[in-house]
Amino acid sequence: MKVSERWLREWVDPAVSGAELAAQLTMAGLEVDHIEPAAPAFESVVVGRVIDLVSHPDADRLRVATVDVGVAEPLRIVCGAPNVAVGMCAPTALIGAVLPGGFAIKPSKLRGVESRGMLCSAKELGLAESSDGLLPLPADSQPGQNVRELLALEDSIIEIELTPNRGDCLGMEGIAREVATLNRCEFRPLSTDSVPPVADTVFPVTLLDPVDCPRYVGRVIRGVNPAAETPLWMWERLRRAGVRSLGPLVDVTNYVMLELGQPMHAFDLGRLTRGIEVRRARPGDRLELLNGVVVEPDVETLLITDQNGPLALAGIMGGEISSCTDATRDVFLESAFFTPASIAGRARRYGLQTDSSYRFERGVDPQLQRRAAERATRLLLDIAGGQPGPLVEAVSPAHLPAEPAIRLRPERLRKLLGMDVPAAEVEEILRRLGMAVAIEVDHWLVAPPSSRFDIALEVDLIEEIARIHGYDRLPGNRPLTRMEMPPQPEGRVALERFKETLTQRGFQEAITYSFVDPAFQRCLDPERQPLTLANPISADLAVMRTSLWPGLLKALVYNQKRQQTRIRLFEHGLNFIPAIDGLRQEPYFAGVATGSALPEQWGAPARPLDFFDLKADVEALLALSGEPEAFVFVAVPHPALHPGQSARIERAGAVVGWLGALHPRVARELDVEGDAFLFELRLEGVQTARTPMFQELSKFPASRRDLAIVVDESVTVRAIQDCIDRHGGERLREAWLFDVYRGKGIAVGKKSLAFGLILQDFSHNLTDSMVEKTVSGIIAGLAGQFGATLRV
Amino acid sequence: MDPLPELIQTAQATIAEAGDSAALDQARVHYLGKKGVLTERLKELGRLPPEQRRDAGQAINEAKQALETAIAARKAALVAAALDARLASEAIDVTLPGRGQQPGGRHPLSRTLARIEAFFVGIGFAVAEGPEIEDDFHNFEALNIPPHHPARAMHDTFYFDAHTLLRTHTSPVQIRVMERQAAPVRVIAPGRVYRCDSDLTHSPMFHQVEGLLVDEDVSFADLKGVLDDFLRGFFERDLGVRFRPSYFPFTEPSAEVDIQCVICGGGGCRVCKHSGWLEVLGCGMVHPAVFDKVGIDSERYTGYAFGMGVERLTMLRYGVNDLRLFFDNDLRFLRQFQ
Repeated sequence: MKVSERWLREWVDPAVSGAELAAQLTMAGLEVDHIEPAAPAFESVVVGRVIDLVSHPDADRLRVATVDVGVAEPLRIVCGAPNVAVGMCAPTALIGAVLPGGFAIKPSKLRGVESRGMLCSAKELGLAESSDGLLPLPADSQPGQNVRELLALEDSIIEIELTPNRGDCLGMEGIAREVATLNRCEFRPLSTDSVPPVADTVFPVTLLDPVDCPRYVGRVIRGVNPAAETPLWMWERLRRAGVRSLGPLVDVTNYVMLELGQPMHAFDLGRLTRGIEVRRARPGDRLELLNGVVVEPDVETLLITDQNGPLALAGIMGGEISSCTDATRDVFLESAFFTPASIAGRARRYGLQTDSSYRFERGVDPQLQRRAAERATRLLLDIAGGQPGPLVEAVSPAHLPAEPAIRLRPERLRKLLGMDVPAAEVEEILRRLGMAVAIEVDHWLVAPPSSRFDIALEVDLIEEIARIHGYDRLPGNRPLTRMEMPPQPEGRVALERFKETLTQRGFQEAITYSFVDPAFQRCLDPERQPLTLANPISADLAVMRTSLWPGLLKALVYNQKRQQTRIRLFEHGLNFIPAIDGLRQEPYFAGVATGSALPEQWGAPARPLDFFDLKADVEALLALSGEPEAFVFVAVPHPALHPGQSARIERAGAVVGWLGALHPRVARELDVEGDAFLFELRLEGVQTARTPMFQELSKFPASRRDLAIVVDESVTVRAIQDCIDRHGGERLREAWLFDVYRGKGIAVGKKSLAFGLILQDFSHNLTDSMVEKTVSGIIAGLAGQFGATLRV
Repeated sequence: MDPLPELIQTAQATIAEAGDSAALDQARVHYLGKKGVLTERLKELGRLPPEQRRDAGQAINEAKQALETAIAARKAALVAAALDARLASEAIDVTLPGRGQQPGGRHPLSRTLARIEAFFVGIGFAVAEGPEIEDDFHNFEALNIPPHHPARAMHDTFYFDAHTLLRTHTSPVQIRVMERQAAPVRVIAPGRVYRCDSDLTHSPMFHQVEGLLVDEDVSFADLKGVLDDFLRGFFERDLGVRFRPSYFPFTEPSAEVDIQCVICGGGGCRVCKHSGWLEVLGCGMVHPAVFDKVGIDSERYTGYAFGMGVERLTMLRYGVNDLRLFFDNDLRFLRQFQ
């Protein structure tokens, strides 16, 4: 809402500066976005009256005007505007004037004729986006008068961003009431005396849908002057509010809307048949709107119709066929109340948002229609003449919004705000806001004005009081509260520890969009059908991720394209996985890595990252569970992963994640350079932790034995490890792989594995023969299960 | 046969000149060994007249002791010299960088989220989570935003179908918490939210932290106190904080919270649009209609709720000037937040 400060001060003029006024509004909840001058700076532009006009001797389109600017000697000015005419007054820039944009006026010759100044259009003065001729000033203007004074351009436009609850401030009257309340000034509503009818012409109105339209006021005005022009003061006020002038009939309705907040419509009576009916749309209804768009309204849309069909989308936009034109002589004025529910959302459905729908959606005062109609009639008669008929009002009182009486309890006010507001101030605030306040035994009974759709409950009144009293006067309390110890479950690894672990291991945390490129998604998780957004922001952000990999790989590619070669990223977030039992939104933790194993450095050989580097990172995460041995890595192919370097991670038989090298084909499709390795863990599967339980330490010395065996390539280390554990019995405390060897001395298709074994007993020293017995048991087990032989 | 004093002198010189432990050992064997010079002299004592034996023996023993001491001293000196030489040879350039992995870092938004959580967890708030794909009821309806409410138009919602959407704020977590937990309630809900809007100052995905406190005697002044403390704590500055009336369908009274511009200190700059203030938070007292939807008695209980934009706070805290940087995941950007 753009508010002219000058106009506002005609209603209520507190002794505060414009900046203070804006600050007051902001602090009262009417947020001022910015303040701008009503017109750009220019000077030495005065009223000029054209007293003579001759054709330019050498240019068809130019004329030479003699212009009276209030000094003895008239000026000779060459002018190209089509509307220049003898007798008209227009803004005249004198020699030395500087117009907006820094355009300086100097004596010049146009096609050989000397010109001493410039006749100006509204555009040239920065008052309009475009103009098709000179800005006509009132014919009785005084030549020589400063145009800034004449147009009262020393004004500020205060742009207020209204919250949706304050429909009452979508008119000057509502804002004036706020300002008056804030400054404890007297507020006088606009007086809107009824205009006595001079004709008895009426146009009947029938409300077929009183729920949506409980009140409709109409009036016929015959014989308006089609040549009348909008007066400059109104033109200026409309302009300052950001409304384009469209001729006096439409301008008057818009002016009343700005003034009182009541959207109105002017129909060309000559194009209406029989009476008005306000009804819901029916199948087959069609309407060409004022903007040229043809709509076929659905049955939820409220229409203004006549005998021949739809005339307007009620409260949204009028139709082309019944609109006023330059030739309109007889007008039917509409001033109606459409309920917010009947308009809300409808305009958007047709891709429209109009000043009218914006107001009706937020609530127009249901008691305002007669006043607005009277006001518009008065303005129209003043500007364009005509004979008004009587006001016609169709109303269904039962369907008008209820006028609540709200109980306000002082103790509730105190409790909710945490501060006291004196009773006298409470009553004053409410009354100044236009509320009727009745004092009862232990509470007030408050009736808000019909313009305040946002006030229905006690808390609404409490907000009003706090707002006007001033939020800045609210104390800041440090509340006393019950202390409660929150649980600290040790059986669950905090997400923070996962993140810390990876950052310590050289990973950078990433945050990527939850919606991803369908192509990336299809490449990386082709077996799942992702959820698709109905209205994505763009085609490459159209589906919900089922894996964190698409986003992470996109970030990886982004960095590769910026000359980064060593990239390690992780992310935590939800995946959206369609399942038979509905959508699962589950937290995952994933990482990608590419480039060298270590940052390039002097002290360690450069080596490209491989599967086992990333596996170590994953194992570090799994170790947070306190039972890393509970996780197994199973060689299972995954569509996104290298078939020979892909592991499914399981815990107690359940899949908790994947680890592997990005499939080279997928890498090519996604533009990933070099080998990339990825992992993804389902957090729920890895966050459960074992609480440590102490185990007795042996007092006897431990013995170490090393064991090198040769087995087939196909035998996994995991299987051998299990076999060793099984055959090692209680004395085997630890067994670990420390070497893998292939090559000289080992047959093709075989590999040599070397394990370190630690043996220890709890009750006595181990003798060599005891140790040998255990080790040979292990060897026998390995030989039996895998045909393993000792490496010689 | 040399007289004993000369012999000792020669031996002392030999010991002192021994350049390594082998030479020293050789000297020891030569003088003190089983067949060493001094050992031989002791053996020859028997040939002396008995009255001379005692003095001569004492002199030889003293000489032996003197030589043993000299050998020990020389040995110690040689060990010390060897250690010095080794240490000298082992000197390194301590300015060479350390070996191995270098740590990465947290995303700046995650860093901010962790800080925000720490402030509120510290005064007894629990952390709650909710789904990001929400239903209309939790995202709007239960928050007193019925269909076609003008506030919906301000939300630019991403939809899957008529009832399913990406949550536009973290406020639905309020509803989910109150549905499963009786009053009193004290939670914050951090998380991702989505709006169908993308330009210089809008990201289609961003983060919020929601807060909700419901109890028997909670006031607007309590809300102001907690947010004052939080904002000053977060920025580690004694900032001006102001409450300004605003409107949210699910709170009444409602407020926007502004802080004194952290860039210009309130004097006015481009970031604060020359107002000196920055809007950082929306909040208010839980609307009775919201309590009704979740079956909490709004006469007995009152509560406050607040919601803050994590990107905005992060930008202000660390001086980040472009929202899009958060989601590009450019390593050059991320590494600045180690």
